[in-house]
Amino acid sequence: MAYSDKVLDHYENPRNVGSFAKDEPGVGTGIVGAPECGDVMKLQLKISDEGVIEDAKFKTFGCGSAIASSSYVTELIKGKSVEDAYAIKNTQIVEELNLPPVKIHCSVLAEDAIKAAIGDWKGKKGNEADSEKKAV
Amino acid sequence: MNGKTMRRVYMDNHATTEVDPRVVEAMLPCFSETYGNSGSRNHAFGWEAEALVDEARERVAKVIGAKAKEIIFTSGATESDNLALKGVVEFYKEKGNHIITATTEHKAILDTCKALERKGLATVTYLPVDAFGLIDLDALRSSITDETILISIMHANNEIGTIQPLHEIGKIAKERGVLFHTDATQGAGKIPVDVEAMGIDLLSMSAHKIYGPKGVGALYVRARNPRVRLTPQLDGGGQERGFRSGTLNVPGIVGLGKAMQVAGEVMEGENERLLRLRERLRQGIMGKLDEVFLNGHPMQRLPGNLNISFAFVEGESLLMGLKDIAVSSGSACTSATLEPSYVLKALGIGDELAHTSIRFGLGRFNTEEEVDYVAERVVHEVNRLREMSPLYEMAREGIDLKTFNWARE
Repeated sequence: MAYSDKVLDHYENPRNVGSFAKDEPGVGTGIVGAPECGDVMKLQLKISDEGVIEDAKFKTFGCGSAIASSSYVTELIKGKSVEDAYAIKNTQIVEELNLPPVKIHCSVLAEDAIKAAIGDWKGKKGNEADSEKKAV
Repeated sequence: MNGKTMRRVYMDNHATTEVDPRVVEAMLPCFSETYGNSGSRNHAFGWEAEALVDEARERVAKVIGAKAKEIIFTSGATESDNLALKGVVEFYKEKGNHIITATTEHKAILDTCKALERKGLATVTYLPVDAFGLIDLDALRSSITDETILISIMHANNEIGTIQPLHEIGKIAKERGVLFHTDATQGAGKIPVDVEAMGIDLLSMSAHKIYGPKGVGALYVRARNPRVRLTPQLDGGGQERGFRSGTLNVPGIVGLGKAMQVAGEVMEGENERLLRLRERLRQGIMGKLDEVFLNGHPMQRLPGNLNISFAFVEGESLLMGLKDIAVSSGSACTSATLEPSYVLKALGIGDELAHTSIRFGLGRFNTEEEVDYVAERVVHEVNRLREMSPLYEMAREGIDLKTFNWARE
């Protein structure tokens, strides 16, 4: 199977590989997939108090298309509001990277990773608010 | 082309091999000079072709310790496997309908067995294997019933290179009066095999795994002690003693014969060289990386076979990074079914490690320089992908990946 040029480019020059400290304020972490399924994505978003995604980092265990999907998502998502980011659909990733049908699941996983990271950030924010309330 | 893409290394010699120039040379006249039908009995064109086929038959037989008339030419090992299994089941149906095979066999055996089961023509026992890929001889003994007509166990495995104890299996089969077939696609012409000494009644082989052309193979069918009978699966002109109708593929057969002759002559020295290269590759990779695991048997394996799991690095992504190097992976992403290798699974290797496996198949034309290059590239790519791997990071943080609560799809 031949890979699209865009998949190859992201695979060879992945954008935003790395990690933020999980306990850093404003950081949401999403880990999706499982090792026995052959795909694990970790997506981390640094989100401002206003709910804007300021930075994103990823690490992925998976095929080239999985790596490319997560790499592309980190580019796509920066500067977006949490709401806009949450609305990103996997089809957008499929189109951008020209993923063949057998690789659609990579884009689905990337979409899941966005939702998981935002969910984690919301949960953390809720906890912070709770503990502030308790402090008062 | 730049220097990086100019270099290509073929190290997938279990999939197929480059045709040896000596084989090409032997085949060429068959296309434009001796192009007769070996079945034409009344002119020189036919006789010449027949003489070439006879010579090839002798050459193939010699390397496996058989007699020429026991060699049936086919289109390849898949056809040989189908003919052996289906032919035996059909012919011996009055005697019984039970076949014993193993879970790590090639699909040409497993799917043929499944087809026979589906049609209600046979019941099949699939023997498990140990962590190295070997069958348990006691389990084999105890699975034989009064209904058992055939044991089919491969010579060497195509993924992990594990070599089964054919001598012992042949002995057990003889003791119990059961026919013994071996799929020697990865064995015959690569490592010693002797149908007499090993008590083999049927043996499948292929030309293109041993530096011959694609589309030709053979089935050895024992003629005496016992005389093995088969119901033909192709009807027609009655060629190949009626076992396999169809005009003979003379160029292919000549190629198989030459490939086997060369194999017989060079086998010993070649295997010493391949073993040396294999160990150089193994040390070049495993000596420089942590968390890498050898799949298969440490010694009882094909000299050219190396199968390694690179924990935390998915196999297809590694293949992608080694794009100028031809190797293959047991990763799900490289299979049509999206399931990781059933062979590695049968060894008890978890899916998470099966996804990270790479098979290196060294062959006649690989050089020490290529081995060093491949080792260096593999180490570099694995390190690069591990830096990108959340699993590697988690493992280094001390997180137990087996008990972590994964968000499974």
